Amino acid sequence: MPSATIDHEPFPPGWTHRHLLDLERLSPEDIRLLLDTAARFKEATDGCRRKLSVLTGRTIVNLFFENSTRTRTSFSLAARRLGADVVDFTASSSSLSKGESFIDTAKNLEAMGIDAVVVRHATPGTPHLLAEHLDVGVINAGDGPHEHPTQGLLDIFSIRERRGDLAGVTVGLVGDIAHSRTARSNLWGLMKLGAKVILCGPPTLVSQRWRELGVEVSHDLDAIVPRCDVLNLLRIQFERQNTRPFPSVREYAHLYAMTKERLKRAKKDLLILAPGPINRGVEVTADVADCPQSLILDQVTNGLAVRMGVLWLTCGPRTPAAAAAATQPTGRIV
Amino acid sequence: MGTLLIRGGRVVDPSQGIDRIDDVLVRDGLVVAIGHADTQPLGKADDTIDATGLVVTPGLIDMHVHLREPGREEDETIETGTRAAIAGGFTSVACIPNTEPPIDSQSTVEFIHQKAARADTCNVFVVGCVSRNREGKELADIGQLVEAGAVAFSDDGAPVYDAELMRRAFEYCRMFDKAILAHEEVLELSRGGVMHEGLVSLVLGLTGMPSAAEDVMIGRDIALAETTGGRLHVMHVSTAGGVDLIRAAKKRGARVTAEACPHHFTLTDESLRGFDSNHKMSPPLRTAADVEAIIAGIVDGTIDCIATDHAPHAREKKMLEIDRAPFGILGLETAVGLCVTRLLATGRIGWPRLVEAMSTLPARILGVNRGTLRPGAVADITLIDPDLSWQVDVRQFQSKSVNSPFDRWTLKGRAVATIVGGRVKYRLGH
Repeated sequence: MPSATIDHEPFPPGWTHRHLLDLERLSPEDIRLLLDTAARFKEATDGCRRKLSVLTGRTIVNLFFENSTRTRTSFSLAARRLGADVVDFTASSSSLSKGESFIDTAKNLEAMGIDAVVVRHATPGTPHLLAEHLDVGVINAGDGPHEHPTQGLLDIFSIRERRGDLAGVTVGLVGDIAHSRTARSNLWGLMKLGAKVILCGPPTLVSQRWRELGVEVSHDLDAIVPRCDVLNLLRIQFERQNTRPFPSVREYAHLYAMTKERLKRAKKDLLILAPGPINRGVEVTADVADCPQSLILDQVTNGLAVRMGVLWLTCGPRTPAAAAAATQPTGRIV
Repeated sequence: MGTLLIRGGRVVDPSQGIDRIDDVLVRDGLVVAIGHADTQPLGKADDTIDATGLVVTPGLIDMHVHLREPGREEDETIETGTRAAIAGGFTSVACIPNTEPPIDSQSTVEFIHQKAARADTCNVFVVGCVSRNREGKELADIGQLVEAGAVAFSDDGAPVYDAELMRRAFEYCRMFDKAILAHEEVLELSRGGVMHEGLVSLVLGLTGMPSAAEDVMIGRDIALAETTGGRLHVMHVSTAGGVDLIRAAKKRGARVTAEACPHHFTLTDESLRGFDSNHKMSPPLRTAADVEAIIAGIVDGTIDCIATDHAPHAREKKMLEIDRAPFGILGLETAVGLCVTRLLATGRIGWPRLVEAMSTLPARILGVNRGTLRPGAVADITLIDPDLSWQVDVRQFQSKSVNSPFDRWTLKGRAVATIVGGRVKYRLGH
C-alpha cells in the first residue's frame, strides 16, 4: 500500500531547514528535494486524493493576515490529507484590530501548542520575523510582493512533470513582475534548476534591474513567445499599485494578453501556466486558458502535493540532531 | 567652580589650527589657555585629568537630534536624550522641532530650555519650525522664535513642500542670518517606500524610495537658495547625486552647507535583507556607490559636518511589520565609534577634519559660540580614546530607546569624558 510505504519512510536526508521562508536562500539540492518529496506524496496519495496519517497529532495554524481562499484551502486540505489538525486564523476575526502586534498574535497561538504556522501577510519579510520570534516551523504562504515559495514550487513541479529536467528549458514570466511574489519564487527556483528565465511586461512592471541577476528582460511579448517552452502568465495586481503602471487595461491586454493569435506563433509543445486567480481577458483570453496546453488545473492539484511535502518536512524532526537521527535507517516519522 | 587641568592629550582644535600634544586649562567654566604646564606654569589646578593617549577636542555638537519631548516621551525625553548625548561625547545638541506640539512658538522654546536646564547635562539649542504647526502652509513666527533663542529653522521629518513658501522662508530668514535645515524628499516619488529603490528592494518586494526623490528636492532648494541668497543646510545627504549637486552649488558660491549621518556612510541597502526595521530610516540606506560618494564628500568638504539624526522609537513601535514601523535610528551613542572606525581607522580623514565636521562647522552653521578652545570660550570639551575597541550594547544605552542597527558591533574609538561648561558631565566607567 502506498500510504504504508510513505508512513514508514525515513526522513529525507539533506533537509536541514526549520522553515520554508523563500526559495532565494535555498540550494538547488533543497529545491530538488522539495519537488521529489512532493512527487512521492502525489503518488502515495493516488494523485492527492487519498489520506495518510504521517502528521496525525500535529496541529497546523493557517495565520492569514491577507485574504486568500485558494492558498488557505490548499494548505488546509494538504494538512488534513496528512492527518494533521488545522486551525484557521484570519486577521478579520482576530485581535489585530485591537492593536495587538502580529508577533504577539503569533506568540499567543504558539502558546496553545501548535507545530507549524502557515503565514500570509501583505508585508514582505513578515514570515522571516515570525521565524525569529517563534519556536515552531514557519511556512511562507505569500508575503506581499516578496515570495510565495509553495506557488513557485508547484509551478516548477508542474513543468517538471511534463518536461522532466528543467535545465535548458526557457520559461517566460509575463505580466506584473513588480508586484508578484509568484514571479520572484519562480525566478529563484527556475534559475537554481538551470532553466532560462525571461521576464516580460511593460517597463513600469518589469525593471531593467532584473538583468543584474542574469535573467533576460523583454518588453515585447510577440518577440519572446516563439522562443519559450513555458509561459507563466501573472495576474495584474491592481490592489498593490500606487499609480496605474499602464494607460488602460485595454492597452495592456493588447500588448501582453496571451491570445490564440499569439499562441499560433508559439512552439507546438508550449506549456501555459497561470497562478490563480486569473483575470480572463487581461493576462490571458478564455480560449487560451482552457486550451490543451494549459496546466492551470494541474497546478491546483500539484499545489496539494507540494504543500503536503512542505508540511511534512516542516513538522518533522525538531532539531538538527533529531533530523539526523530520523535520516538513519531506523528513523521514523510518526 | 575652580580650575581643571586636562593634561598631556592630543589637542585638536581646527578653529585655531591646533593639533599637538598639550595641556588645556579651564577656570570657572571657561578655557583659560592651551600650553605645556611643565614649561609654562598654568597655575595650580583643583582637578587634573590625565589625557595621555586621548584626543582632546572642542565639545562635539550634534546638530540633528530628535529629543521627542514634548509629546512622545515614550520614545525619548530631553533628560534621557541629553544623557545619551554626553555618553556619546556631545556637549551640545540641536533639537529638531517635529515634536507634539511642534516647536513653533516662544513658549515651546521656553519649555525646551527649561527642561534642558533641569536635566543639566549638555547644551540644547533649539531649532524652530519653518511653518506654523509644521503644516507647510504659512511661515511660523520666525522672528519671535529667534528672540526666544531658536538657532535655525526646519520642518524636518518632512520637506517644506510648497516651493513658494520655501522661497519666502529663505528670504525671511536672511534678516536673521539663520539657516534652513532641509529634509529633501519628493513625497510622490517615495510614497509607500520602506527602503532605497534598487536591486535589493526589487528582490525583497519592498517598495523603494528612489535616489531621485532626494536629488530632485535638493536641486529645487539649491535653486531657491541661490535665487534668494538664503542659507540652505541640506540634512542627512544620502545619495551620490545629492553630493554632486551640493559640490556644484558650492563651486558657484551658493550659501549651501550639508551634513551626513554615520549610518549613511556605514551601511547599505543590503542590510535590509533581514527585514529588520532598525535598518529603516529616511532617507534610506543606499548603495555602496552612495556610501563612497558620501565619504568622498566628507573628505573634500562638500559635506561640511556629521550629524546623527538621532531618532528614537519605543521598542513596540519598531517591532511592527517593516512597512508599519516608523523611520529612524539612534545615533548619539554610536557616532564617535562609527566615525573613527569608518573614516579615521581607514585613513580617509584625519582628526582635524573629523573635529571640524563634528564641532567647528556645526557651531558655525548654527551660529552658536561653541566649537572652539580659544581662551575665553565656554569650556565644552570632549576627550576621546581613539584606540579603544568596544562592543555596542543597546541595553547599556542612556537613550530611552534601543532602535540601533549597530547592536553588538565592535567599534573603535569612544568618548571617555565629556565636559560641559567646565564641569565633567560624563566619564566612561565612572
